[in-house]
Amino acid sequence: MAKHKTPMLDQLESGPWPSFVSDIKQEADSRAKNEKGLDYQIPVDCPDDLLGVLEMSYEDGETHWKHGGIVGVFGYGGGVIGRYCDQPEKFPGVAHFHTVRVAQPNGKWYNSQLLRSLCDIWELRGSGLTNMHGATGDIVFLGTTTPQLEEIFWELTHDLDIDLGGSGSNLRTPATCLGQSRCEYACYDTQELCYNLTQEYQDELHRPAFPYKFKFKFDGCPNGCVAAIARSDLSFIGTWKDEIKIDQEAVAAYVGGEIAPNAGAHADRDWGAFDIQKEVVDLCPSKCISYDGKLTIDNKECVRCMHCINTMPQALRVGDERGCTILCGAKAPILDGPQMGSLLVPFMEVNKDDDYQEIKDLIENIWDWWMEEGKNRERIGETMKRLGMSALIDAAGVPVDARQVQEPRHNPYIFWKAEDVKGGWDRDINEFRTRHQR
Amino acid sequence: MAFISSGYNPAKPMEGRISDIGPRHFGEYLPPVIKDNFGKWKYHEIIESGILMHVAESGAKTYTVRAGTARLMSVTHIREICDIADKYCGGYVRFTTRNNLEFQVETEEMAKELKTYLNDQKFPGGAHKYPVGGTGAGVTNIVHTQGWVHCHTPATDASGTVKSTMDVVFDDFQSMKLPAPVRISMACCLNMCGAVHCSDIAILGIHRKPPILDHKYLDNLCEIPLAVAACPTGAVRPSKIELDGETYKTVAVKQERCMFCGNCYTMCPSMPLADKDGDGIAIMVGGKISNRLTKPAFSKVVVPFIPNEPPRWPTMTKVIKKILDTYSADANKYERLGDWAARIGWERFFEKCELPFSEHLIDDFRDPAYYTWRQTTQFKW
Repeated sequence: MAKHKTPMLDQLESGPWPSFVSDIKQEADSRAKNEKGLDYQIPVDCPDDLLGVLEMSYEDGETHWKHGGIVGVFGYGGGVIGRYCDQPEKFPGVAHFHTVRVAQPNGKWYNSQLLRSLCDIWELRGSGLTNMHGATGDIVFLGTTTPQLEEIFWELTHDLDIDLGGSGSNLRTPATCLGQSRCEYACYDTQELCYNLTQEYQDELHRPAFPYKFKFKFDGCPNGCVAAIARSDLSFIGTWKDEIKIDQEAVAAYVGGEIAPNAGAHADRDWGAFDIQKEVVDLCPSKCISYDGKLTIDNKECVRCMHCINTMPQALRVGDERGCTILCGAKAPILDGPQMGSLLVPFMEVNKDDDYQEIKDLIENIWDWWMEEGKNRERIGETMKRLGMSALIDAAGVPVDARQVQEPRHNPYIFWKAEDVKGGWDRDINEFRTRHQR
Repeated sequence: MAFISSGYNPAKPMEGRISDIGPRHFGEYLPPVIKDNFGKWKYHEIIESGILMHVAESGAKTYTVRAGTARLMSVTHIREICDIADKYCGGYVRFTTRNNLEFQVETEEMAKELKTYLNDQKFPGGAHKYPVGGTGAGVTNIVHTQGWVHCHTPATDASGTVKSTMDVVFDDFQSMKLPAPVRISMACCLNMCGAVHCSDIAILGIHRKPPILDHKYLDNLCEIPLAVAACPTGAVRPSKIELDGETYKTVAVKQERCMFCGNCYTMCPSMPLADKDGDGIAIMVGGKISNRLTKPAFSKVVVPFIPNEPPRWPTMTKVIKKILDTYSADANKYERLGDWAARIGWERFFEKCELPFSEHLIDDFRDPAYYTWRQTTQFKW
């Protein structure tokens, strides 16, 4: 028997897509029955009260959550988001309902043992409700009380060897695509780099020292499955320098209709026979492909958009001289409009043998600059806009490169420095007057 | 309830404390075929909607069955996922960036059997638990935020709008009939925890009323300088007010400067924005993240406001379906939604999608606005 009537939410139980309402109800039932005889450490009926308060929002069109105050675990400035209900008398089960962010394994691979262990902790000490996963990539535990926070942290770290994720003006939990674990396009081991940098910068992740949040994301190729170019302050996107590898026999098989184009991604509609001229050659953004019974790529002109490779994955493969392109400053629109990452380093080797030292040096140069120059709550993308791309390039200690711009500047207002100009800026007016009368 | 100690001693918080250990190493959770062929994959193929085959240089193959989830899931549900992983996949399972599940199996037959099994699992209300799909030129799962389930600044619900939308586009989740992939994203306020600014279709909660000021409590609940600094447009300034014969330190808001972001409310709970009539949804389209063919692109606002209509947001889902169907019928193979709109011209986009164009859709926010105006005589009648 449901604790609260939820006629509006009940309408979200029908329809084909998985129903979060049905799932919360099943958790409410499970806790009410308590077949395992658990001594629940937060109110047993919190899923019922969550449905109750959500139904209230569906009726009155307004949220009933308050922002959190300072809650967390000792010594960390992130990982827990305080959350209180503004109708605690009506919904005591969710009066205090904090979020805990838990560090996910990179690439989000799991085994059932780990998932079950996480569930056991969260069933006993929290609401039993989660997000798999949050927008940044963490495992999100949705709803517990303050006294449980240290207990949860203790069990995560001692029993499962897992830490909390980031929140606030910290390094946020880095996220990666599945990379080389199951993708032929991955130009570097995104998961290992993500793991290595996450471990290297644990202090930055847990203790707020930045002007604002900072995100790393790692995409194995320009297809960008983890959205690094749009969603991370520093994006590491796999790329290559040498030639796309061509298997002419496989090209012929695509042309002959023996292999479905685009890895079969268009299979459910009749688009007609595959036309390599129309679908690959003509669409190439830098027009560097031609086909005359044999596929030729002018690799020097290739911009590595991935289209030909995506369209004929059995015939074409990324090159062998691989690394990553690094872009800086992506963010959502608040404040000055949305920003994509801007290209800072066209190519950097991803070298595990030296513990990714070149990448770490770059990161630390960038952070030093941003921590010095950035204003409170200013993302690095905004600092870049305020102080200029050249200032970042200089601070990062990387060479200036035409690849860093889409096109050169539209105005001649160049901020020359004294040292750029022969003789500097110190001039003698009297000497000037020897040539020019007053 | 008796408090169960984990072993933590509040009197000595540093005793036995473990911190800064990060995540577990991903290598512990790779299925054997994935571990054995790590970095040695040769190609992949989508066998049918929801089933991928990856082939390694060694000749080894693995089949992936992809299924949607509601993202918000209970431990009961996760344990059921574990049971499936144990039964079919040696205990391994993966989540994708877009909140899908992926199960690895050894053969095509097993993949098809698992697909049938997953599609058969339903909640008592009739909804699928693990609908298989989300591959190729279709709609995959929506990435989204918390909404009314757990956030303090939302202008709408996330889980409800997502469920309503996915119900309407479900056929395109389970098939691959579109010209290119369509990525739908949802964020419940301008802050965009869901970063919907580069999505083919974005559902965005927006407020339209400036904050209400709880003057008598404001100075006690908030740091006034932080509330002032939080405002992106400088609309908030320190102030004083006389109420019932007493003077209160508070803030004043220049309402015509408010961009309705809610940043002040995050800093100061005495400045709530939420309002039944003020709040609703904007629809943005034409963004993308991939570098394929064209550059990554921002989403553009094409519907400035749709009222909240819980529980199923029928006006919103009708607009989304209309845009999706128009795109599907009109775009070229491989052409993303934004590239299609750019090719036919945005004036034509509004015409074809039967959407009104209003002054709200002309950018007037700072420098970037200029680059969205038309600086050519080329346009279509």
